[in-house]
Amino acid sequence: MRAALFTLLLPALACAQIAIQGDTVYTMAGAPIPNGVVLIRDGKIERVGSASQVPIPAGYKKLQAKVVTPGLVDAHSTLGLSGALNVPADQMQVERSSAMQPELRAIDAYNPREQLIEYVRRFGVTTIHAGHGPGILISGQTMIAKTAGNTVEEATIVPFAMVAATLGDGARESGAGKSPGSRSKAAAMLRAELIKAQEFPNKKEPGRDIHLETLGRVVKGEIPLLVTVHRADDILTAIRIAKEFHLKLVLDGAAEAHLVLDEIKASGYPVILHPTMFRAGGETENISFETASRLRAAGIPFALQSGYEGYVPKTRVILFEAAIAAANGLTFEQALSSITIDAARILGIDKRVGSLEPGKDADAALYDGDPFEYMSHCIGVVLNGAVVSDVRQ
Amino acid sequence: MHWKLSVFLAGASLFAQTAPIAFSGARIIPIAGPEIPDGVLVVQNGKILAVGPAASTRIPPDAQRQDLRGKIVMPGLVDSHSHIGGPEGADSSAPIQPDVRILDSVNPRSSSIQKAQAGGITTANVMPGSGHLLSGQTLYLKLRDGNTIDDLLIHTADGRIAGGMKMANGTNSIRASPFPGTRGKSAALVREQFIKAQEYRDKIQKAAGDASKLPPRDLKMEGLVEVLDGKRTVQFHTHRADDILTALRLAKEFNFRIVLHHVSDATLVANEIAKAGAPVSLIVIDSPGGKLEALNVSFGSGAALEKAGVLTGFHTDDGITDSRLLLRSPALAVRAGMSREKALYAVTMANARMLDLDSRVGSLEPGKDADFVVLSGDPLSVYTHVLQTWIEGKKVFDRSDPKDHLYAVGGVGASHDPGELHVDEEEER
Repeated sequence: MRAALFTLLLPALACAQIAIQGDTVYTMAGAPIPNGVVLIRDGKIERVGSASQVPIPAGYKKLQAKVVTPGLVDAHSTLGLSGALNVPADQMQVERSSAMQPELRAIDAYNPREQLIEYVRRFGVTTIHAGHGPGILISGQTMIAKTAGNTVEEATIVPFAMVAATLGDGARESGAGKSPGSRSKAAAMLRAELIKAQEFPNKKEPGRDIHLETLGRVVKGEIPLLVTVHRADDILTAIRIAKEFHLKLVLDGAAEAHLVLDEIKASGYPVILHPTMFRAGGETENISFETASRLRAAGIPFALQSGYEGYVPKTRVILFEAAIAAANGLTFEQALSSITIDAARILGIDKRVGSLEPGKDADAALYDGDPFEYMSHCIGVVLNGAVVSDVRQ
Repeated sequence: MHWKLSVFLAGASLFAQTAPIAFSGARIIPIAGPEIPDGVLVVQNGKILAVGPAASTRIPPDAQRQDLRGKIVMPGLVDSHSHIGGPEGADSSAPIQPDVRILDSVNPRSSSIQKAQAGGITTANVMPGSGHLLSGQTLYLKLRDGNTIDDLLIHTADGRIAGGMKMANGTNSIRASPFPGTRGKSAALVREQFIKAQEYRDKIQKAAGDASKLPPRDLKMEGLVEVLDGKRTVQFHTHRADDILTALRLAKEFNFRIVLHHVSDATLVANEIAKAGAPVSLIVIDSPGGKLEALNVSFGSGAALEKAGVLTGFHTDDGITDSRLLLRSPALAVRAGMSREKALYAVTMANARMLDLDSRVGSLEPGKDADFVVLSGDPLSVYTHVLQTWIEGKKVFDRSDPKDHLYAVGGVGASHDPGELHVDEEEER
C-alpha cells in the first residue's frame, strides 16, 4: 500500500517531464505513429510525433512500450459510489426514498479511494464518468473524475455532468408508494416533473428549490439527461420525451439499439452502449456482441461503458469490453476510439482528454502488445503527467 | 429438387454412422501431446480413429475429407461448473437436500445450451445453486442436440447416470432458519447428516441382502451414501481461505471425493490444497469484490495453483460468466503467469478428470469420443472464434449457419426460450 502511494506521488514531484516512446503510438487524432514519441511537461502533452521528428530533450524520464494509447475514458460507471464490498455501506448509487431525486450530487458521495478505481486504472483507465446509477426513474447527478486524487476535489474534472434517469423495467416501483407501476406512468411522471422545472423560474418569488433548479438546467439544455433504456420501445420513449422538451439526451445501455438504428440516427442523440459482455435476460435478452459495430456502420456516435454491476464482477473493465467488440465487427481503432476520443466527445471533455495531442492532459496507457489481446499487459499508466501505475497488469 | 435433397441428407446421415471423416490441414492441439502443426484427425462412429501429423497418419480410402487449412482443432471444451438449461435444485425447505436431482429440471432445448455449444463446450457439469449447504445431485452432460434430457446424459460403466453432488459453504448458504446462521453451524449440520448416512450405510451392509433387516428407503440417505462410496464426487463451492480448509476437513473426515469450486482465495492456500490432493475448478472474474468472499479473486490463481502442483480447471458458472467466452479464462490466467500448456489442459483434461470422464473426453486420442472444436485462430486470442463444435462425430454448431451465428453473437431470439414466460417476478407474488 505504501509502495503504491509512492508510485502515485513521487514521479509527480520528481518527473515533471516524461518522454513516452512507443513502437506504435495511437494518438486517436490521426493515423497511428510508428516509433512515436509523446513528450509530457507539467501535466500536459507537449509534443507528439515520430522519433525522427521529436527528439527527446535532456532530463526527461523515459518510458518505453510496444503500444501507447491515450488514457482510457470510461463513458459510464458507478465506481466511487458503488464499492467492491457490495454491502449497504458502500452502495451509494441509488437512493429509494422517492422516484425522482435529481438534486443528489455525485460529488457528495464519490469515494476517490475506492479500491476498484485503482483496479481499473491499472488497465489504463484514467477518466471515468461516474455517479448515480440506473434502477430508479431519476437517481441523481453524475460527475467526471480522473482515476487518481486524494479528495473528490482533486479527482473531479466535471462536478456535475449529467442527470441519470431510467425508463423501462428498471424504473418500475422505484420510488415511495411503488410508483411508477408501469411504463406509461414513468413517462407521465417524468414529463410532469420536467414541466414543473420549466415553469419554476416563471413563478413570482420562486425561492430556492434544489430539485427544480437541477431539472431546470436539464430543460434549458445545459445538462444532458442520461437515460438508461434497453428495450426498443423504451429507447423511442426516451427520444420522444427528449424531443418534446428539447433536451440534450444521451441514450445509455440500449440493448435493443440494433432494432431501431434508423430512429436513433434520425434523433441525432449519442449512445453510451452497454458493456459488450453484459448479460442477456429480461429487457436485455436480445443483446448482441455486434451492436457496437452496427452503431458504427449506421454512423451513430457511441462509446462503450463499464456500466453498473450488482454482483460479480462488481465492475467491468472497458478495455476488456472493447476487446470483445473488436472481435465482433469493430476494427481495432474503432474499438479503441469507443473508449477514448469518442467517449470524451460524448462527455464533452474532448478538449482535455481522449487523444494524445499537444495541450491536452497528459493521460496515457502503455501496453506490451495489442492492448485488446488477453495475454498482453498494461505496463504503465500516466495521469496528469504522473506515473500512477507501473505494475504489469 | 426435393428428391435430390432427401437423397443428399440420407446419405449424409449414413456417412456419419459408418464412413470415417478425415479433417486435415489444421494445427491440432491434442492436449495429450505436443501441438501438431499440420495434423490429421480421423473420426468414425462417434469415436476418434486416428490423430497425428499429416505425414504419418493414414487416412482410410473411404473417408470423407474436410479441409481445415489455417484452422486450429482442439478437444471439445469441458466446463466443470455451469447452470445452463435452467436447472432447479433444492428449495427453501432445508439446507441439505441430497435427494434432489437436477435430472428432473433441466430443459434440453434451452438457448443457454445452444450458446454453450457456440462457445465450444461439449461436456458440462450442470449444477444447482450455492444457496444451500447441499443443493442436490448434479449432471455431467454431453451437449448433444437433444429433444429430451435423456439425449444429453452420460452413463457410467456401471450403468449409473453420471453426476456429482453440489455442496457449498461460506456466506451463500448462511440464511434465515432452517438454514445455518454461522460457519460453525454450517459445518455441524453437514457432519450430522454424513454421520447419519454412515449409520444408514452400515445398516444396509449388516442386512447383507436380507430384506427384513434393511432400513426403510430414504432418498436423502441414498444420495449421501453414493457420496460416501465415492460414486458421486462432491463439487464444493467455497471462496474464503478458511472455508476452503473447512471443506477439505469435511472431505477428510468422511473420506468423500471433492473438487473445490471458485476458490477466490486460491493464492493464499495453494499449498494446503496441494497437500490435501484436491483438484480446483476456478472461476475467472474481471474484477474483485461484489461479495466479501471474493475480494481476493485474482487472475493469478491459476499460476499459483500450477506452481503448487494442484490439478486446476476453469469453469464458466454460466450465467456468472458466459459459456461463449470460456476460453477467456485460461487466456487471462496465462496473462497472469500460468503456462499455456496447463491453461489449455485446464479447460479440457483437468475438467474431464474432475468429472471422472477423462477416459472418454478431454483430449484427442484414438478411442476417445470424437468431441472437438474448430477455431479460427489461436485458442488464447481474443480475436479467435469457434467455427464448429463437434460431439461424437456430429456437428452441433457451425458459425457459418445463420441460426448458429445468432447464438454465437446474440440478437433477437438468441436468449429467448420458448415456453418460458417472462413475467415480472414482483407481479407474480
